[in-house]
Amino acid sequence: MKSYRDVNENPTIPSHFRRHISAGKEAMARKVSRNPELIRGVGKYSRSQMYHRRGLWAIKAKNGGVLPRHDPKPKPATPAEKPPKYYPADDIKKPLVNKHKPRPTKLRASITPGTVLIILAGRFKGKRVVFLKQLPSGLLLITGPFKINGVPLRRVNQSYVIATSTKVDISGVNVEKFDDKYFAKQVEKKKKKTEGEFFEAEKEEKNALPEVKKEDQKSVDGVLLKSIASVPDLKTYLGARFSLKAGMKPHELVF
Amino acid sequence: MPFKRFVEIGRVALVNYGKNYGRLVVIVDVVDQNRALVDAPDFVRTQMNFKRLSLTDIKIDIKRVPKKKTLVAAMQEADVQGKWEKSSWGRKLIVQKRRASLNDFDRFKLMLAKIKRAGLIRKELSKLKKEVAS
Repeated sequence: MKSYRDVNENPTIPSHFRRHISAGKEAMARKVSRNPELIRGVGKYSRSQMYHRRGLWAIKAKNGGVLPRHDPKPKPATPAEKPPKYYPADDIKKPLVNKHKPRPTKLRASITPGTVLIILAGRFKGKRVVFLKQLPSGLLLITGPFKINGVPLRRVNQSYVIATSTKVDISGVNVEKFDDKYFAKQVEKKKKKTEGEFFEAEKEEKNALPEVKKEDQKSVDGVLLKSIASVPDLKTYLGARFSLKAGMKPHELVF
Repeated sequence: MPFKRFVEIGRVALVNYGKNYGRLVVIVDVVDQNRALVDAPDFVRTQMNFKRLSLTDIKIDIKRVPKKKTLVAAMQEADVQGKWEKSSWGRKLIVQKRRASLNDFDRFKLMLAKIKRAGLIRKELSKLKKEVAS
């Protein structure tokens, strides 16, 4: 049984250092202190005890009574610094450094791939929809499926969604290729046109949905429809919209 | 008109207010005009105001302030839980709990079932009406 003393006096050497021990004692850089911590800021051994434990007496003895001195390595020649052309009149404050990296919004624990979500706002409000994955921007990728309720592959914000506890089996679906760039608006090149042609051409371009997107929708939904068909009533459930009826208290409902 | 449910040692009651809302407890002693000492198998024996208790029909045979073991044994013997779940009051509470815990999908399925049932009833009714008319 390991005691408090054992654990503190003989700390286990981290595994990524064990390999270096065989390479030679000089090569092994010891990162664990020889002075176990009794309380934060208080070590077990005194300065003189630590001097002995670290073997500084042995290092000195090897080097003729003094600690070995390494001459500084020759630095590469730095070019001569020119005095700046411009000195600002007032000292400007430097903004504080911010090392935060962007990351997707924290996903609610109730939302997992395959969860049925209820959309609360927008064109598809009230629709019950299947959640596929969270995109790098933090938005949720959802699909109706399109054949059941007319909701295509779409992005939706977590805040505009109620997560139900109903889950659909989503294991066969491949959603690797979808990311935020897929949903970006198509940038049109500006062309000069006469007034008459201007309006007609614009209408044509807006109406067309690229075939690629239609194919993607079909491939994703194909797999989903099979897993939905395996649960009775799930298809009609996803096809129906959610609404509050008389007597329903949202804060008391279990979703 | 006369009272049927009395506060007595062994009377089973339902807690109707507070942290232990909805739990079945047994009155184990009477403290004074307003309070009783109550106990239940997974419960710390405490005093409760009578206003927090709703008396039930169930009564068990125990002596004043029994040990926890004796109380549990007496409750098992009298099958308090079983009697409660068979009683109409107990059944109502179980149904209420079940309805409150329904999922959104469950509520949808329930709606479909209700519509189907109503359809069947209306079919039969229309048949009967035709018979009466003819």
